[in-house]
Amino acid sequence: MSTIVTNAPFIGVAALACVGLYIMLAQRNLIKIVMGITIFESAVNLFLVSLGYRNEGIAPIFTNATGTHMVLPVPQALTLTSIVIGVATTALMLTFIVLIYRHTGETDAKKSRRVKG
Amino acid sequence: MPLLAAFLTPLVGRIGSQARNTFVIVALAIVQILVIIVARDVYANGIHVYTLGAALPSLAIPETHMVPVRIILEVDGLGAFMGLMGATVALAGAIYSISCMKLETGQDRFYTLLLLLAASMVGIQYTGDLFNLFVFLEILSISGAALAGFRTRFVDAVEGGFKYVIVSTVAALLVLISIGMFYGQYNLLNIAALADAMQYTAIDKIALALLVVALLTKSGAVPSHWWVPDTYTPAAGGTSPIIYGASLTCLAALFRVVFSLYGLKLSLSLIGWVVIIAGLLSMFVGVTMALRQTDVKRLMTYHAISQEGYMLLGVGVGLAVLGDPQAVAAYGREAIAGGIFHVINNAFFKGLLLLTGEALFFQLGTRDLNKMGGMGRNMKWTCAFFIIGALAISGVPPFNGFASKLMIYESSFHLNPMLTIIALVVSVMTLASFTKVFQAAFTGPEQPEYAQVQGVPLSMKIGMGILAGATVLFSLFPQFVVDTIVYPAADALLNQAGYVSAVMGGA
Repeated sequence: MSTIVTNAPFIGVAALACVGLYIMLAQRNLIKIVMGITIFESAVNLFLVSLGYRNEGIAPIFTNATGTHMVLPVPQALTLTSIVIGVATTALMLTFIVLIYRHTGETDAKKSRRVKG
Repeated sequence: MPLLAAFLTPLVGRIGSQARNTFVIVALAIVQILVIIVARDVYANGIHVYTLGAALPSLAIPETHMVPVRIILEVDGLGAFMGLMGATVALAGAIYSISCMKLETGQDRFYTLLLLLAASMVGIQYTGDLFNLFVFLEILSISGAALAGFRTRFVDAVEGGFKYVIVSTVAALLVLISIGMFYGQYNLLNIAALADAMQYTAIDKIALALLVVALLTKSGAVPSHWWVPDTYTPAAGGTSPIIYGASLTCLAALFRVVFSLYGLKLSLSLIGWVVIIAGLLSMFVGVTMALRQTDVKRLMTYHAISQEGYMLLGVGVGLAVLGDPQAVAAYGREAIAGGIFHVINNAFFKGLLLLTGEALFFQLGTRDLNKMGGMGRNMKWTCAFFIIGALAISGVPPFNGFASKLMIYESSFHLNPMLTIIALVVSVMTLASFTKVFQAAFTGPEQPEYAQVQGVPLSMKIGMGILAGATVLFSLFPQFVVDTIVYPAADALLNQAGYVSAVMGGA
């Protein structure tokens, strides 16, 4: 039982990743595919943050610290970078979807294909 | 340098479009010069390490942690090599784009994106830190996708850009997962430090699989090649070669990861053969799909896939025999050198061919081979550049394509003769498809609606001329090029211990 509790973040990561992957692969609506990618991204960010956790650690800030046992700050930096990058890429993907809709009037992945071979 | 220029470009653009164009060209020329200076320095003095924010890589936060916490930039043979390629291709593409993009709107953003793409290409190669690699990979994806989909009035451009950004995002997420795995295990992100500390655990194997798959996807090897034609074909102006160069940098990042990060601890025959098989499939699928294309640029992008197969084959052969020192000395080093030489050759002549395809599109308004004909009389320079590029890519003897392919054939023959046979067949089919393009586009009866077409504007000729000149230069002095540029890159890959000690032990 305690294994599940201590590993709960990672189980959450796996669940989110599976959900995100399934949506990416199985959905045909373009916007839903982007949602799937965003969910997968959240799974990866959660993975990065939960890597840094140390038992009974406090936030990694030196001023007025109540002790020196801290959670790792580097994964938090990695995750912030990743979230920002995720915002940029999601914006770009959604822009492209808007443009595809303007051209083809469809948001279905199968029906909006214009390039073959 | 390109990053700075990228952000200054919209400001300069307010002064006027002439000023902005000059600024971009000057910035890229300065990048080119700097890259050459760095390359000469590295070839003379060995691996260069530059630490962001401290004097030495192993200085740490004083109080509690004793691990290297700085991000380092590190230039070795491979980095210098790819930097040369990236800078040259970016410069040629930018000069080409000046007249190609004259009629388009939003040129400020175009040049900003181009500079960002160039910056990320050089950055991926010059970094010694895995997370920095990830960040540059994402910059590359975003700017590449925006450039691919730049001409939003064409639906295939938008579709190509969309596919590129989706593929890149998923691949980058996989890379991020593997970075997370490395960090969770070793508390390190520095490539050299990781190579030092690496024990080949199960999680490392998973991370390796993720990295290999993600980087193969980003470089456009089969089976994840499907986005390549859609993305390179409609890319605006002179950016097709630059986006192609970006994919080649991802390929080099793959080599960097597999050789310098894992090195001898891999189960080499497995990973080596995975790379070799990916290479063979890419070669074959690329060229067979190219034979049935009617769109000029799309045909050339399928060739891009097939040539990447050659690179993967060469380096895969070297990887498969990495654990055996005699084999490495006999043919492994030459295989890796052949693959890497093919990278830069390809950047030049494939870039040249993509630019000629774009020139045809620019002048004729169509890319359909069935509609073209007899352009050889009207567009003489383009025709000449096309001939140079087509002969080089098919591996015809005076050109540099032959030199690198010969190295790959010779070395892969030692490993398994079947590899060489398949490579030769693919080479013949490459020549066949380019003959088709040449006949369709440049010779033959002149189509009436295109009889008034002139040759392309001067800056496009200069852009194509830079790449053609580089191709011819490499063709005339292959031994010199190989000894000065290629073998150091191959040795840098093989010499994992040297890499690690230069970064860590130099402290």
